[in-house]
Amino acid sequence: MRRSARDTEESARRISRRALFLGGSMAAVVAVLGARMRYMQVEKADEFRLLAEDNRISIRLIPPARGLIQDRNGKLIAGNEQNYRVVISREDAGDVSDVLHRLAGIVPISAEDLDRALKEAKRRSPLPIIVSDRMPWEDVSKVALNAPALPGVSPEVGLSRIYPRDTDFAHVVGYVGPVSEADLARVDNPDPILTAPKFQIGKIGVETWMEDTLRGQAGHRRVEVNVTGRVMRELDRQEGEPGADIRLTLDADVQNFVQARLGDESAAAVVMDVQTGDIIAIASAPSFDPNLFVRGISHKDYNALTENDHRPLANKSVQGAYPPGSTFKMVTALAALQAGAITTSTAVRCPGYFEIAGRRFHCWKGGGHGSVTLDRSLAESCDVFYYDVAVKAGIDKMAEMGRMLGLGQRHDLPMSAITEGNMPDKAWKTARYGQEWRVGDTVNAAIGQGYVLTSPLQLAVMTARIASGRSVVPRLIHSIDGKEVPVAEAAPLPIEPAHLRAVREGMFAVNNSQRGTAYASRIDDKSLRMAGKTGTSQVRNISTAERARGVIGNAQLPWNRRDHALFVGFAPYDAPRYAVVVVVEHGGGGSAVAAPVARDIILRALSDGMPPLTAYPAAQRNRIESQQKDLPLRAADPPGPAASRA
Amino acid sequence: MSFLEYRIKFVPTGPRKILYINWALVVLLIAVASVGFLMLYSVAGGRIDVWAEPQMKRFGLGLAVMFIVAFVPVWFWRNMAGVAYVVSLALLVVVEFFGHVGMGAQRWINLGFMMLQPSELMKVAIVMMLAAYYDWLDVKKVSRPLWVLIPVLLILIPTGLIVVQPDLGTSILVMVGGAVVMFCAGVSWIYFGVVIAAGVGMVAAVLASRGTPWQLLQDYQYRRIDTFLDPSNDPLGAGYHISQAKIALGSGGWTGRGFMQGTQSRLNFLPEKHTDFIFTTLAEEFGFVGAFSLLVLYAMILGFCIVSAIQNKDRFASLLTLGIAATFFLYFAINMLMVMGLAPVVGVPLPLVSYGGSSMLVLLAAFGLVQSAHIHRPR
Repeated sequence: MRRSARDTEESARRISRRALFLGGSMAAVVAVLGARMRYMQVEKADEFRLLAEDNRISIRLIPPARGLIQDRNGKLIAGNEQNYRVVISREDAGDVSDVLHRLAGIVPISAEDLDRALKEAKRRSPLPIIVSDRMPWEDVSKVALNAPALPGVSPEVGLSRIYPRDTDFAHVVGYVGPVSEADLARVDNPDPILTAPKFQIGKIGVETWMEDTLRGQAGHRRVEVNVTGRVMRELDRQEGEPGADIRLTLDADVQNFVQARLGDESAAAVVMDVQTGDIIAIASAPSFDPNLFVRGISHKDYNALTENDHRPLANKSVQGAYPPGSTFKMVTALAALQAGAITTSTAVRCPGYFEIAGRRFHCWKGGGHGSVTLDRSLAESCDVFYYDVAVKAGIDKMAEMGRMLGLGQRHDLPMSAITEGNMPDKAWKTARYGQEWRVGDTVNAAIGQGYVLTSPLQLAVMTARIASGRSVVPRLIHSIDGKEVPVAEAAPLPIEPAHLRAVREGMFAVNNSQRGTAYASRIDDKSLRMAGKTGTSQVRNISTAERARGVIGNAQLPWNRRDHALFVGFAPYDAPRYAVVVVVEHGGGGSAVAAPVARDIILRALSDGMPPLTAYPAAQRNRIESQQKDLPLRAADPPGPAASRA
Repeated sequence: MSFLEYRIKFVPTGPRKILYINWALVVLLIAVASVGFLMLYSVAGGRIDVWAEPQMKRFGLGLAVMFIVAFVPVWFWRNMAGVAYVVSLALLVVVEFFGHVGMGAQRWINLGFMMLQPSELMKVAIVMMLAAYYDWLDVKKVSRPLWVLIPVLLILIPTGLIVVQPDLGTSILVMVGGAVVMFCAGVSWIYFGVVIAAGVGMVAAVLASRGTPWQLLQDYQYRRIDTFLDPSNDPLGAGYHISQAKIALGSGGWTGRGFMQGTQSRLNFLPEKHTDFIFTTLAEEFGFVGAFSLLVLYAMILGFCIVSAIQNKDRFASLLTLGIAATFFLYFAINMLMVMGLAPVVGVPLPLVSYGGSSMLVLLAAFGLVQSAHIHRPR
């Protein structure tokens, strides 16, 4: 196509005109840009430069104050204390190593801390690094004074966990510790606060089981910091939520008494309210100081704990699974009564042994008890009676009764390593060993030996259920943030009341009839009288040869081969309030070792302070008085200020 | 063959073309790119290998592309305009369905050796297409409604495709680039008046639609508008970019803090410090003197293009040159307005300075077209 020259000329001129207009517009915009630059960079330069100096924004998490743990009366078990520490911000410090060495010249910092801080600095985390924790105030003020020479270093106040009743609650409440990789891996969506340096979470016990309740919600603040890392102003702040306080059902003073009374024995004790299921005290001895773990336990201390043959770290009251021995006889008796195998007046002749399937099972009393009824069988702990009625009732009936009374199951308390124990039956043995259940197994189970394993907590539940006739459930958390955790509904046990009454009467006789195995540990005060059952469980087999030579006494055996001493009981007999269980590992006989401890403990729970001497039989009062004086109890209340929430 | 319209005395051929290249423009482009290399070296904390070196390689490649494009006669490019447009449009459709999602937007096609942004190609293709259209169109018909509607559609189809990616910045560039070619071609002022009035109406509609079911922009785009209008209401959230950019820029002063001395970019207060916000680093380190010098370099590039366009009697060639100049202008103007707090943050790089391959290659190819127009102008 060929256009006329005029059109082409005209078109070119028009393009030129419009191009000039376009160029003019562009020039105008460029002029605006230039003017804006001049305005910002020349006229407002000082203002912007000032802003730039301050222009370092950092986000700091505000760790929430961990919820307190108190006993049922509000006495502090776990609290928080303020501690001073020095942190360094990598970004602001520039040369971290140089600044740290300068800092070490001003205040004492261990080589270990220094190394760790340098290592952390290499990880390039944006969070400040804690150089030194739990510093004395003088050192912190020295750091503050030398601030200009220490860019990026700043003193901070933090909260750390403290257990004012140190060893008393170590096993129940547990302790907190720094968050480990494993801890982080366990949670799906970790709270960012978990990655904050030195943040601590529950590691064991109530502290870990109630972690979500106790932790609270972290807050954060955005701050502008200047060149040396000093906070110039806070841009915004969102307060976190402190963790909720937890009140336990435990009584701190009773717990302290129990722990003191168990002393250095390898033992466990539980005190439980038979009506509500409230755990009043739950102790494991020997104990340890949880504060050591919070501060970071030394290898030496840790090894001392793990190498101790009394296993201080084990929570024996819920973790220990012991053959219940004769304390199991109530289960056997109730099973036989319920099954109709015996009545409350059935008599069994005890010649000192019991023969079945070609095997001979011995009663603890070589000469035998003669004709024995239920009442006497409990009081004198006749074994043959139970061999006989157990074979009549059968293991499955016994197992059913055991479970009904709380054995062989995990009671759900917020504590670590709670054992299920073992309540064997025919199906269990087939599944476990692929063998037929033998009648001999039933005979062993009748007196709480063989495959039967129970924890002190389970025995406490059993005793409480026998005492109250209702299926009480143990409770450890009394209230959370002031709101009470409801007591579980406890339905009456599906057991004939007359049967329960007969068993309780037998247990009463244990403590209160002259021939009772725990008569020496009776309570004299009519309104506080105790009913109970002793138990001595073998941890070794007695061979026929040994029996022929004469059974070796416990005193001659090495400690870890001696029998466990057990006692379960409840009081007052007429209006049951508390159940008590004491297990002394390798303690010897239940009546001699466990029963006196149990009596002291239940009296302490029933009284308001030291048990009154009038509750004890007159002949024992002098001895008890001096024993009470020697008890290493804690002073009335631990010092206050350190224990506050701060 | 509109060249037959002109009485051509002389067109350079063969190696002689080198003598007729607009060398001043080449020098200006190299100068601007060198500013970019310096700044990329600085924001990388004195390291050449992070951003500066790849950028230099790409610039070298881009220059080669520019020369190749420049030596090809401009009438070839006019004939290719339709093809370029259709291919670009097809690629836009392809990214819409198969594109690689990066930085929250679907803009990339992976070619194996590089990531291609078809919207970048479209910036040039739209200018070529419209220049060729007006070259073909009878001068008398330019302002007739039907003949205005066609280029409007040619502009709106790719613009729409780019908006949904979503890439507001590039769609503005394509739309305004196309409009500038229409304007220069002589479309009546009345149309532009109407469009501007409609645009104002659109803005009102966009703002009014917010929160309603027929909301026209994405939430994040609204938030950018909000923070543009009042950056101080959210200094740590969305307004952060603008506030930080202004602080860095303003704190440069007359002569700046000195090369490699910019504290703001070093401390990571600046977002996208090597791409969209690189101008702030320049302004902080070299102050008003440095920032204004870059502006002058850009203005000179524009000046050379406009002069070349006016000298050129060929319609396609001058419209092409003007369209490319306008696109280039929009690039740096929007970017600078943005970092200086005069325009919302729309994500437009600083041409030849910001780190980025696609955009630099396409820009240099576009300048190749400008050179081609310049070399092969009828004399």
